[in-house]
Amino acid sequence: MAYPISPEKALEAYGDMFLIRRFEERAAQLYGMGLIAGFCHLYIGQEAVVVGVQSILKPQDSLITAYRDHGHMLAAGMDPKGVMAELTGRSGGYSRGKGGSMHMFSREKNFFGGHGIVGAQVPIGTGLAFAHKYNEDEGVCITSMGDGAANQGQVYESYNMAALWKLPVVYVIENNGYSMGTSIARSAAGPNFFGRGQGWDIPGEKVDGMQLLKVQEAAKRAVEHARSGKGPYILEMDTYRYRGHSMSDPAKYRSKEEVEDVKQNRDPIDHFRAYMITTLKVSEAQIKTIEDKVKAVVAEAVEFSKTSPEPDPSELYTDILKEGSATL
Amino acid sequence: MIVEPKNQSFVSMTVREALRDGMAEEMQRDKTVFLMGEEVAEYNGAYKISQGLLDMFGAKRVVDTPITEHGFAGLGVGAAFGGLRPIVEFMTFNFSMQAIDQIINSAAKTLYMSGGQMGCPIVFRGPNGAASRVGAQHSHCYASWYAHCPGLKVISPYSAGDAKALLKAAIRDPNPVIFLENELLYGHSFDDVSSDPEHVLPIGKALIRREGKDVTLVAFSLMVGKALEAAEQLAEQGIDAEVIDLRTLRPLDIETIVQSVKKTNRVVSIEESWPFAGIGSEIAAIMMEHAFDYLDAPVVRVTGADVPMPYAANLEHLALPQVDAIVEAAKAVCYRGD
Repeated sequence: MAYPISPEKALEAYGDMFLIRRFEERAAQLYGMGLIAGFCHLYIGQEAVVVGVQSILKPQDSLITAYRDHGHMLAAGMDPKGVMAELTGRSGGYSRGKGGSMHMFSREKNFFGGHGIVGAQVPIGTGLAFAHKYNEDEGVCITSMGDGAANQGQVYESYNMAALWKLPVVYVIENNGYSMGTSIARSAAGPNFFGRGQGWDIPGEKVDGMQLLKVQEAAKRAVEHARSGKGPYILEMDTYRYRGHSMSDPAKYRSKEEVEDVKQNRDPIDHFRAYMITTLKVSEAQIKTIEDKVKAVVAEAVEFSKTSPEPDPSELYTDILKEGSATL
Repeated sequence: MIVEPKNQSFVSMTVREALRDGMAEEMQRDKTVFLMGEEVAEYNGAYKISQGLLDMFGAKRVVDTPITEHGFAGLGVGAAFGGLRPIVEFMTFNFSMQAIDQIINSAAKTLYMSGGQMGCPIVFRGPNGAASRVGAQHSHCYASWYAHCPGLKVISPYSAGDAKALLKAAIRDPNPVIFLENELLYGHSFDDVSSDPEHVLPIGKALIRREGKDVTLVAFSLMVGKALEAAEQLAEQGIDAEVIDLRTLRPLDIETIVQSVKKTNRVVSIEESWPFAGIGSEIAAIMMEHAFDYLDAPVVRVTGADVPMPYAANLEHLALPQVDAIVEAAKAVCYRGD
């Protein structure tokens, strides 16, 4: 019987998830050391979502998310050095130190941010989809949001326009159970985010976001739907974040047991590792090679983020307006 | 590049027609330019600014939106990030408050936050300020709100020719531009409209609409007309007023104002918005910084009353700057009381 993923592709996806995990752990360390400041929202626990979705995209597709964005950037293929150096506020960062954790972009990788206002990325992603359709480039925009953002009014304004104009957009709701410190039970009247497009006939499904293969399978369906001109699709990813909302959040609103239970029984990386070994017959040695490679990449990123210089003071007044206008 | 061809002819048309022609020419010139907003297509525009554009360009490029400003403004920003050049029409700028997060946080700040990577070539346009008897929620001037924000350009023209040539500049500009029109001017005709599709005015340049030596009246949009009327009355009383039409509020043409004040030594600023932290406050501060030694009198602001706009005809009249108030203010700074 054919497996849904080849051992080579599996190792690649495992490496991508492991990179996010390792990167975020080191980011947390740097935060503790005072090298990263401000808001820093870690993606640990949710790795299978973004890696699974990204793995089925085409080069012309675009991606946008909110502020828990490091995983998205790494999955999109952005350089870990540039991401980490942005976290430390250095000139080698993707935004040359002027954006920070929540504000990074890569036109080259079609990653459109990195947005700090809850829900604001949803109309913007819908607009990227509008541009895909207008330009007839057969691209699809993956628009990610959290369960907190899914209660924002602008999300529903976006669903309406996306359905009305059959825009190629897949809304990925990364439901990690908590909008900051407020559980879904206390913030959402009706827990089924995937069904909230019903009024516009937008198909939606709930997916086990801790299982890479399940994510891939659902993402393929959703992206094909959007790409074929049928309009938007909603994927609700059932996932979990291990750390607090941001680095300043001790996450006292949930029990240690709850977190431990997910780590022990649903961890996306452990789960996929076991699958590779038992089903795909990948060896421990092959996995270790990948892990070592990732560790070296992250170590290099950390080093770069410490040694890259701070932005030049003259950078304070650059990039406010773009030049080359009719007025210059 | 500014292209201002010589030997061009100027024709007379309304501000409404000039705005339409400006958009049509730019849509003809650049396939990435499209118009979206409430009632812009099949209804031909709530104020008929987009008259005929649907027939010319089709539904792909002239897009009727639902009445959801927050959503469609954000969608426009995303389309601009995606390589298009949207013109987003607000039926009135009063409704842009629903969308102001997308305008400021997403459109204006992203170039900076991305270290120069992103850029958002988008125009938000529509009528701004008080029309006539429409009450507090439909009469608000947003000039100082948007002019406050780095990352935006803010234009507010008076004449039809400026409306057309500056709208074209706004559409060609690679930055987010707020284009504040005035409903009461839509039907006014001006004979300064260039028929040359390459006639584009520079953003950030004021225009001296009337030369004078005794006092400088600084205004924009509808208030330019009031200032010109006031100048005529002042002339009868022996005061020679210079009238500056700011045209652009951000970046503000400080140089033109300062040069004028060096000549007249007196400034009155006129705007229909509220006084506190308004454009007039900024003019006053700039005079302190750039022309303090040239001032023979304190700067005086003529503004709308510091109240929500009333509906009653007499109260609305009292709430808006009138010609008499401008005349009085000019006489006061010239120390010419009655």
